[in-house]
Amino acid sequence: MAAVLSVGALLWIVLDLVKMGTSQIDWEFLTSGVEESGRAGGIGPVIKSTLLILMCCLLVAIPFGVGCAFWITEMVSPGSRLTAWLTRSVDLLASIPSIVFGLFGMAFFCRILGLGFSILSGGLTLACMILPILIRTTLAAVQSLPPDLRLSATAMGLRKSTILSRVLLPRAFPGILIGFTIGVARALSETAALIFTSGYATRSPASLLDSGRSISVHIFDMAMNVPNGATRASASALVLLLVILMINYLANYFSDQWLKKVN
Amino acid sequence: MFRHRNDRGLKWLLSGVALICGSLVIGIVGFLLVEAWPVFSSGQIFAFFSDGAWQPGSDREPQFGITPMLLASLAVTLLATALAVPPGILAAIFQIYYSPKWLATFQDRAMELLAGVPSIIFGFWGLTVIVPIINQIRPPGQSLLAGGIVLGLMILPTVSLTTRAALQAIDRSLVYGGAALGLSRPRQIFSIALPAARSGILSGCMLAMTRAIGETMAVVMVCGNIAKIPHSIFDPVRPVTSTIALEMGYATEGHRSLLYAAGFVLVVLTGFLLLLRRREPVL
Amino acid sequence: MRHSFHLLISAFFVFLVMSCSDSSVESIVITGSTTVAPVVADAALRFEEANPGIRVEVQTGGSSRGISDAKSGLADLGMASRDLKPGEEDLTSHCIAIDGVGLIVNRQNDVKGLTREQVIQIYRKEITDWSELGGKAGGILVANKADGRGTLEVFLKYLGLDSADIKADVIVGGNQQAIKTVAGDPNAIGYVSIGAAASEISSGTPIRLLESDGVVAATDSVAKGQFPITRPLLLVSRSDTSEETGRFIEYIKSDAVKDIIESHLYVPASK
Repeated sequence: MAAVLSVGALLWIVLDLVKMGTSQIDWEFLTSGVEESGRAGGIGPVIKSTLLILMCCLLVAIPFGVGCAFWITEMVSPGSRLTAWLTRSVDLLASIPSIVFGLFGMAFFCRILGLGFSILSGGLTLACMILPILIRTTLAAVQSLPPDLRLSATAMGLRKSTILSRVLLPRAFPGILIGFTIGVARALSETAALIFTSGYATRSPASLLDSGRSISVHIFDMAMNVPNGATRASASALVLLLVILMINYLANYFSDQWLKKVN
Repeated sequence: MFRHRNDRGLKWLLSGVALICGSLVIGIVGFLLVEAWPVFSSGQIFAFFSDGAWQPGSDREPQFGITPMLLASLAVTLLATALAVPPGILAAIFQIYYSPKWLATFQDRAMELLAGVPSIIFGFWGLTVIVPIINQIRPPGQSLLAGGIVLGLMILPTVSLTTRAALQAIDRSLVYGGAALGLSRPRQIFSIALPAARSGILSGCMLAMTRAIGETMAVVMVCGNIAKIPHSIFDPVRPVTSTIALEMGYATEGHRSLLYAAGFVLVVLTGFLLLLRRREPVL
Repeated sequence: MRHSFHLLISAFFVFLVMSCSDSSVESIVITGSTTVAPVVADAALRFEEANPGIRVEVQTGGSSRGISDAKSGLADLGMASRDLKPGEEDLTSHCIAIDGVGLIVNRQNDVKGLTREQVIQIYRKEITDWSELGGKAGGILVANKADGRGTLEVFLKYLGLDSADIKADVIVGGNQQAIKTVAGDPNAIGYVSIGAAASEISSGTPIRLLESDGVVAATDSVAKGQFPITRPLLLVSRSDTSEETGRFIEYIKSDAVKDIIESHLYVPASK
């Protein structure tokens, strides 16, 4: 009953979006450029920028997140001061409001590193934001592996690097994928951190140092600053949801395939 | 991919990565402090807690009291948690112990999807659906209650997903043991499974709370944003994040530092919540 | 796994190289007001077509940010939806359009218009019920904008009040939030950009623009200079702007972008 109620209330929101948005979506909308600040034309460049931002973000966040988690489990003795310090700062990082990440990104990546308003700045800022999620989920995945796996591999005289890449990483992969999907969903729906870093430009980006408007920023702008933008905002939100759904589905699919292969 | 390097190289690599990850938070907090420094050095920080009102834009008598906003942040967060936790936990229980497989999968997909709805959409929905309903009961409608409901919905997936994970992680034999003793299904769940998963569920709720307290775009739309201490749940309130979002784009030097200082206070507050989470008894 | 990882890494570097190869284009960076940004962004697209080799980057963040970025040199031009304040006079302002700020109420409200005196009394909570103004009885819900917003400052200037004088029931952020608030409450009053309100009214949102001091709130009366509450939409520049920037300023003040300004429901600045 409670489940039905809570899922129902949430579905209400989605249905509202579908009702307002579906009539707007067609191939034209997905591919053509933004005109009249979004009231006409489509969201093609916005989708391209969004994917580029996401790519930068994941390319940085995944190696760092996974590496950090492995450092905690494999390189230091559990319960040491360093681990405590690291997990605590990761937890604190997870609790920082996204708008603060935006302000930090604007000052650090855009100004101090001189990247300006760019897809790269936006992606790096998002990477900082989803890093704790990736660390946490990878940690959980590695820690839930049976301990004898590691022991027997060590007993066989394998080097640590081999154990990591050949034994632990493949088996922790599905868990890492969960972190990946949560991280992607958060990154894609993030507005506050991106407005100040990757910017507002609606033109199709030619390089990673160009400014590009992500889909969530576009939704925000359409809903808040453009009169009569609400239907177009809903249509864009619907596209965003479809993309997330697709990524989740793909992640689940790969996770299943992977499990079959490993076992 | 690490095959060509020896273990020492790997260790240095991972240590470097970990060091960067760990220092990130120090960097961010430090940066906030630097930006907010004028507020601290000029002693304005005391006005933060002693002034009764927030009127940074007034030429006649500017006031910088942040206390009502801190209270508002806490009140909205607590209300949202109170509203989201019972249905969130029940939804997870239903999903694990009662629901048919197809429905459980569907619920999973729905929850994951909702984690990806931009908060501005929740805010808009709240403003056009929830606020007019509350307005019928007691104007103005944009209120603590509206903020609590919208935020509650936003954090519900978090509560539900973490509770599910916690319940799945407990030792199944405990529940089977209960069944073997002839306990009814509800007794098995509420007397055995839930207590066993308690610490996981609690830390999930705390996680949801930290998300709620840092939420910006949705609360700004539905809370009414009056910086006064509310007397009932129908009064409008203004959480700290709303203030930053409302005023940051328009603030000039002194006012800007004030907003950074407010951001710093917010991080301190969430850090405090984190400490609470650490204290919770582990079963 | 290993192969895909290598592939990703190399893809990343290819992108980095790609991003460095692109230069030799003059770019103009413009930051500032969210109200002005959509207009300037559209005008910039047209300007780029007419002037290949120049790129115009439009970024938002609010009027004060536009002014401070223009001052510090972070941007070539700033956008502002308010007049320059004392201490900001070293910048040159270029008025590109004029925006009227109108009072809005719910469509169910039958009050026709308000005088400046009445608005002052409403916003100071000296009049608290619509029946005192000849409308249906109902407690007035006063919606105000957040400190620092361009529209708030124009509105305060019109009323001659300090922001501490105003006793609001709710505080809203942008125009769209004010419109949604008034549309959702039959007794609410708020103020927004006339263009935004007119556009929402034409698409069926249940709000109405009030007459101010007997003048109909419409883009005509703003254009004729009759409407009492208006604000300029500005581009601000330093004295040492580049030649390209100067050209863009000339372009956006010319007739070439008049239709863009009108399509955003603002009034082109008279020359």
